[in-house]
Amino acid sequence: MVTVGTSRGYRVFQAVNAVVLTGVVAVTLYPFFNILARSFSEETYIRAGEVNLIPRGFNLTTYEIVASDPMFWRNYGNTVYYTVVATLVAIVLTTCYAYVLSKKHLKGRTALIWIAVFTMIFSGGLIPNYVLVTSLGLRNSVWAIALPNAISVFNLLVMKAFFESLPNDLEEAAAIDGLNTYGILWRITLPLSKAVVATMVLFYAVSFWNSWFAAFLYMNESELFPVTVYLRNLIAGATGVENAGAVAGELTQAAANIQSVTIVLTVLPILAVYPFVQRYFVSGVMLGAVKG
Amino acid sequence: MKPQDRTWRRALRRDWQLYTLAILPLLFFLIFRYAPMLGNVIAFRKFQPGGNLFGEEWVGLRYVNMFLSDPTFWTVFTNTLVLGGLTLLFCFPLPIVLALLLNEIRTRRLKRFLQSVSYLPHFLSVVIVAALVMQMTAVDGPINQVLKSLGEEPVTFLQQPEWFRTIYVSSEVWQTVGWGTILYLAALTTIDEQLYEAARMDGAGRWRQIWHVTLPGIRPTAVTLMILNLGTFLAVGFEKILLLYNPLTYPTADVISTYLFRMGVLSSNFSYAAAIGLFEALIGLVLVVSANVISRRTVGTSLW
Repeated sequence: MVTVGTSRGYRVFQAVNAVVLTGVVAVTLYPFFNILARSFSEETYIRAGEVNLIPRGFNLTTYEIVASDPMFWRNYGNTVYYTVVATLVAIVLTTCYAYVLSKKHLKGRTALIWIAVFTMIFSGGLIPNYVLVTSLGLRNSVWAIALPNAISVFNLLVMKAFFESLPNDLEEAAAIDGLNTYGILWRITLPLSKAVVATMVLFYAVSFWNSWFAAFLYMNESELFPVTVYLRNLIAGATGVENAGAVAGELTQAAANIQSVTIVLTVLPILAVYPFVQRYFVSGVMLGAVKG
Repeated sequence: MKPQDRTWRRALRRDWQLYTLAILPLLFFLIFRYAPMLGNVIAFRKFQPGGNLFGEEWVGLRYVNMFLSDPTFWTVFTNTLVLGGLTLLFCFPLPIVLALLLNEIRTRRLKRFLQSVSYLPHFLSVVIVAALVMQMTAVDGPINQVLKSLGEEPVTFLQQPEWFRTIYVSSEVWQTVGWGTILYLAALTTIDEQLYEAARMDGAGRWRQIWHVTLPGIRPTAVTLMILNLGTFLAVGFEKILLLYNPLTYPTADVISTYLFRMGVLSSNFSYAAAIGLFEALIGLVLVVSANVISRRTVGTSLW
């Protein structure tokens, strides 16, 4: 009989497993370190293809150029603004609807659920949406980003499942004390749901922070772009290095690694908060899976 | 008065405050989800930009016939199937493999570190992923550095149609494989330890335990994810392709959604693009529904 955990085959497997998983970590992280090294390197080394994991000819020229571009900061500000407004709209609408759907006694509940779920399996598509947003006059405003994506049905179902799992007694007691539905939701249910609300806020915030296509479609002026569109135009070659104060040498330097620098500056906030919020995402996905 | 009306009246009287909470969300669904579904009628109607949202006059199947006889449509249709198929082929099973490997790690802190690292790419904007892909495949980037050290000529990967599929699928795997393990890892922890003991008593080694206990344990999760994947099969990463492709790589990279984007938004052939979009959405609907039916009949798991 094979003694598990000590057999030779299993030890070989463990060694192979360690190698494979180390490889996975290396492949996942390598692009970040490569970009970081590139962003600090000198143009000649980059062009010669000699920058890998360690910066060569360390310099901050491109960082200075990007940081002194008012459009970059303006677009960064737009990202923050769009994310805050869109997340706020989304969390209010999602909470209200999830709360309604969680009331099992409610007449018409099944229909209300199907109205939401059906949109998961069939959608109007890009063109009718584009025509709609345009003819509603939402172009060039934050509403073009916030309204068309105000409720994610996945998040809605996660929240509904959570509300359903709360004990009924408290709400009933509050109703007997004369609290109306709004009061119960605001003073009883929501304080008990802080964790799930926080998770949903994070889900929405990340998706709006990362989004670019809605802004790309509906914003005409570069002053209105979020930073994702700034980066997109940079990698698509639609914009070059624009800095009146920069001299020729600085411009060739910037041309070599402006993309790396912009990537680093865009990724930084996500990497900074990631370790602290990651577990909320995992728990949110679990909550959704239990329901699904 | 019919009894039906009376119960509705009673429900309204008792729960009217709850119903008011549903008003704004319902407006959202009506305006931004169901109106665009109806908006697809412009696939069968003449449409004037700036005119009526639902078109001007009926033209029947003119636009449907137009795309059915458009050779470019069939190219992008094939490309969509190939890219979708390749994505499914790699992005569906690899998370299962990774989850099984992670599950064999006994040190909790190491396991948590590995998970954190592998989840990370999921949180990046598709723009950043596309930018990373461009840097990795650049002429002075790491991949060409390796080629150069092997004495090969540098390759302009994103300019070559024959490389597009590889690049697209690899970046898709890079971004999704770690996050895809979450549900499997959760399912793995719920497998009863006694099942493994029983298997060991029967003389099953590691591999047979995996085959007879572990895999059946994660089967419901796998089936559910398979249904979801099949349903979104045609909706291949539209945004990523839009960021990564260029006219040189259209022969392999152009898919239905990018083609209808160019036709509709860039060239203002709204009706033509809507006809293609409707076709795509209908195939998607058929795919999810049939995947659901098949899995309910064969393995007894389904989404609804």
